[in-house]
Amino acid sequence: MSSSTAIAPVSSRTDLQSAGAANGSEEQYVTFTVGSEEYGVNILAVREIRGWTPESRLPNLPDYVRGVINLRGIIIPIFDLRARFGGGPTQVTKRHVVVVMQVGERTRGILVDAISDILAIGHDAIKPPPDVDSGLIDAEYLSGLYTAENRMVTLLNVGKLFAGEHVDQDAVPRAALETT
Amino acid sequence: MKKKVMTVDDSRTMRDMVSFTLRGAGYEVVEAADGQQAMTAIATTKVDLVITDLNMPVMDGLTLIRRLRAIPAHRTLPILMLTTEADESKKSEGRAAGATGWIVKPFNPDKLVSVVQKVCG
Amino acid sequence: MDDLSRFKQTYFDESAELLAVAEAGLLRLAPGEIDMDEVNAIFRAVHSIKGGGGAFGFNDLVAFAHEFETVMDGVRNAEIPVTTRLVDTLIRANDVLARLLAHAADETEAPAGTTDDTVTALRRFLGRAEEPADEPAIPPPATLHPDDEDDEAGIFGDALAAIQAARDDPPPPPISGATPDGKIRWTIVFRPKAELLLSGNEPTYMLRALRRLGEAEVVCHLDKLPSLRDLDAELLHLSWTVTLLADPQVDRARIDDVFEFVADDCDIRISAEAPPPAVIPPAEPAPVFQTAPVPTAPAAPPSTPAATTSGSAKPGDGAKRTNGAAAGGDHAGPATHTIRVDLDKIDRLVNMVGEMVITQAMIAEHLRDLPPGQFQELLEGLESLAQHTRELRESVMSIRAQPVSSVFSRMPRLVRECAAVTGKEVMLVTTGETTEVDKTVVENLVDPLTHMIRNSIDHGLEGPEERERVGKPRAGTVHLSAAHRSGRIVIEVTDDGRGINRAKVLSKAIEKGLVQPGSSLSDEEIDNLIFLPGFSTADQVSNLSGRGVGMDVVRRNISSLGGRIGVYSTPGEGSRFVLSLPLTLAVLDGMVISVGEERFVLPLTNIVESLRPKPADLHGLVNKCDVMMARGEYVRLVHLHRLFGIPKAIDDATRGLVVLVETEDGSRLGLVVDEVLGQQQVVIKSLEANFRRLDGVAAATILGDGRVALILDVAGLREMSRHGGGANASGGATPPSPSLPAPADRSDQRQRQTV
Repeated sequence: MSSSTAIAPVSSRTDLQSAGAANGSEEQYVTFTVGSEEYGVNILAVREIRGWTPESRLPNLPDYVRGVINLRGIIIPIFDLRARFGGGPTQVTKRHVVVVMQVGERTRGILVDAISDILAIGHDAIKPPPDVDSGLIDAEYLSGLYTAENRMVTLLNVGKLFAGEHVDQDAVPRAALETT
Repeated sequence: MKKKVMTVDDSRTMRDMVSFTLRGAGYEVVEAADGQQAMTAIATTKVDLVITDLNMPVMDGLTLIRRLRAIPAHRTLPILMLTTEADESKKSEGRAAGATGWIVKPFNPDKLVSVVQKVCG
Repeated sequence: MDDLSRFKQTYFDESAELLAVAEAGLLRLAPGEIDMDEVNAIFRAVHSIKGGGGAFGFNDLVAFAHEFETVMDGVRNAEIPVTTRLVDTLIRANDVLARLLAHAADETEAPAGTTDDTVTALRRFLGRAEEPADEPAIPPPATLHPDDEDDEAGIFGDALAAIQAARDDPPPPPISGATPDGKIRWTIVFRPKAELLLSGNEPTYMLRALRRLGEAEVVCHLDKLPSLRDLDAELLHLSWTVTLLADPQVDRARIDDVFEFVADDCDIRISAEAPPPAVIPPAEPAPVFQTAPVPTAPAAPPSTPAATTSGSAKPGDGAKRTNGAAAGGDHAGPATHTIRVDLDKIDRLVNMVGEMVITQAMIAEHLRDLPPGQFQELLEGLESLAQHTRELRESVMSIRAQPVSSVFSRMPRLVRECAAVTGKEVMLVTTGETTEVDKTVVENLVDPLTHMIRNSIDHGLEGPEERERVGKPRAGTVHLSAAHRSGRIVIEVTDDGRGINRAKVLSKAIEKGLVQPGSSLSDEEIDNLIFLPGFSTADQVSNLSGRGVGMDVVRRNISSLGGRIGVYSTPGEGSRFVLSLPLTLAVLDGMVISVGEERFVLPLTNIVESLRPKPADLHGLVNKCDVMMARGEYVRLVHLHRLFGIPKAIDDATRGLVVLVETEDGSRLGLVVDEVLGQQQVVIKSLEANFRRLDGVAAATILGDGRVALILDVAGLREMSRHGGGANASGGATPPSPSLPAPADRSDQRQRQTV
């Protein structure tokens, strides 16, 4: 009847091996695609994954600041990862996905094409980002590279990715305007 | 709307029985065979309750509980663990990991349903 | 029977797989390098077979699997060394298990003695070889479990029969309609720890579980609820007192069971009493429970016996006593017309009104789609609902309103201190202390006012000798006033000092790179340079004002409250700082407008009127700057879509609409928009909580359809348009200096370029 949704992995030798690797400094990453690229963020920073809902635009900001949406009564900004990496604004469809993340005290969403995987990645398996010309790639927000089967997954440090947008130039007390 | 319960157990028989009982009581049930599968499924599906066995391959029940509790969105997700009567140490270990409560084996379906109602309505 | 066979089939299929796993693992098991994953997998396989077998009552199989599993557990814990003999025995055990499973599947009995030899062999590894081998290999199930630490046999007990029962019989419905005769009244005081929610426990469900036991009256205690600002949604600040009328067969254990998982995380007091039949007539007590405990809640902490006492009292007594408690006790003398109410309760009320405003907007949104003329009563009802909501909101806000005197009264002391430090003589005059404003606004006034007054004394007022020399009284005057003006509170700090030294301010601003050398600025623009970040530093640092915070911080704080600040100065005569703030920070009346596909909210207090100009009303001025004749006055037009870079919007004001807005200082502006969608109350939501402040935007809100709309900051828009801000700004064209100045906002422009 219902057993089709789950596999019994005890019968599989490879699962047993991965159980051994599950110890130690291993962390889970949610990976997603933007175009042909695959990126990963630490699962601990991910609050939820939701389908695309139309945003309200914000004036006079770079194109990677997509706008704001209402997340159950709080207002969060949505960043377009494709635009952030210079690919221009994403042409959204119903299939696009927003990864809602907790970055410090702030909640923000990043717009990506699709969720692709959840990977358990051992610390040792993460390779440092290549020493590229800093003029070409802003390596600040890359926390490492990981090879999953034949794919390369770029692991992102989301805190740094939008550092320019969440450092509030005006250090006003936030509490004042918060009413809910 | 039906509440969605995830049963995590490496024993298919156990999963079937939990599913069957809870579906009979009006719940929607999804299944996972170990902690890893549960983590993956929960990342993309909203569930209202997790019932997990402790002794499982790949990722055991306690690890599952700890990992779930580490994710902000799941800090208040009800998680029940399956435990045996005499296993007080496991019970307290589970509580420390963040389990909401426990279902003591052996249990009958009435008990299962009443415990589930107690933690997820 | 169908269900049973289905489970059995699953079980046998799964067991076959598990046996194969165990066998493969056992065949690889050899002395020396032990793969613990392999051992664990074998253990789990046997363990699962045992567990499932218990559910079907395969007792001989369970008993044998238990022996097998016990040895595997020993291997797993490295208590039993892996030897060839052990592996041989385990493989044999696996075979026996397979045979037992086959018999179970065929529903036949395994021949007596099938397991004997193997059990003996297994036990030898446990150091129990001395036990007689002819001990019954199939112990009765009852003796199987008790002293066993990890026994899952019979997990489901009579599971399958009971499953059937459970499907036929849903959980019993709550006892209702029964007379309280022979019932027991339980009083349950439930005070969870704040962290309760973090274990995934949800008190609501526990209360619901109590309701299933009988007739329950639940009183929630809010006394520990913090103010909204301090509220952490993941912490629990509530406690409950439940009065439960239950049948005698509901015993203490049933109630304890409800709190099974939280017993260590909360304070629970449970007391019971049977009603004295002589005193309480049948059917009377129920109303008592409904009325009596409610007023008790605010006054009596639930841990006191008050709840129990009032519950057990005669109906009349209970009601009287609680009335007394609510009024502050019978000894309080004549009734007063005020009551003390916990602020947290009012905050909750304010919050609920906010949610109600959103819900009402949502209903209005849906009704807009109805065919016109058909639902007149509904529309009228909605109209009065809107009216009532507005009145409710105003009433609630007025409860929270406080006179500004609580802030003003702190200022004399400050003035004395400042005078002492600077050696100046200062007289403080205050007016309008009774002006009321929301308490959140009052709280946020302290810092800016403190700073403004310090600034006035330090920089504004002259020393006594200098004042005498210019013919002023030795003592300077600082006038602090408050007043309501068009739905806002306006606070002024006026001094009769020397006024702003414009030459000095300008040269300092140029020196700091805040102003380009050679720029021509109006007097007002120069005065407002003092609000720029980085202005008040270096040699401006004095004992008083220059403590690393300047007027820029004051302005930022004020604007974060939706307020504006400006300065008006006359050399030799003094300066006047004017600050205006909304009366509340929670809800505002707004006009929803659309520009392109975006919608915005304009605070109603800023709106004069909206109109569609005729081509003859419009004029071009200098470069592209449009002005419009409205009510005999020229006003500057600001195209919102140009300022914000919004595509697909109406550019021609004669085809769109012009909303005539007025800022606090009285200057007017015509905003060109596509459409005015209607008026509604909106709940102010922070944009900065998760993002940051934006020019021309005061805050955000959520409209009826769930979408976010930005609340516009009219004065900010004017600044942006004046300084050529905005995506499409062509720069250049400095418009004619307006009659009244407002703070320059160039800092933000500068910063945006570096983002």
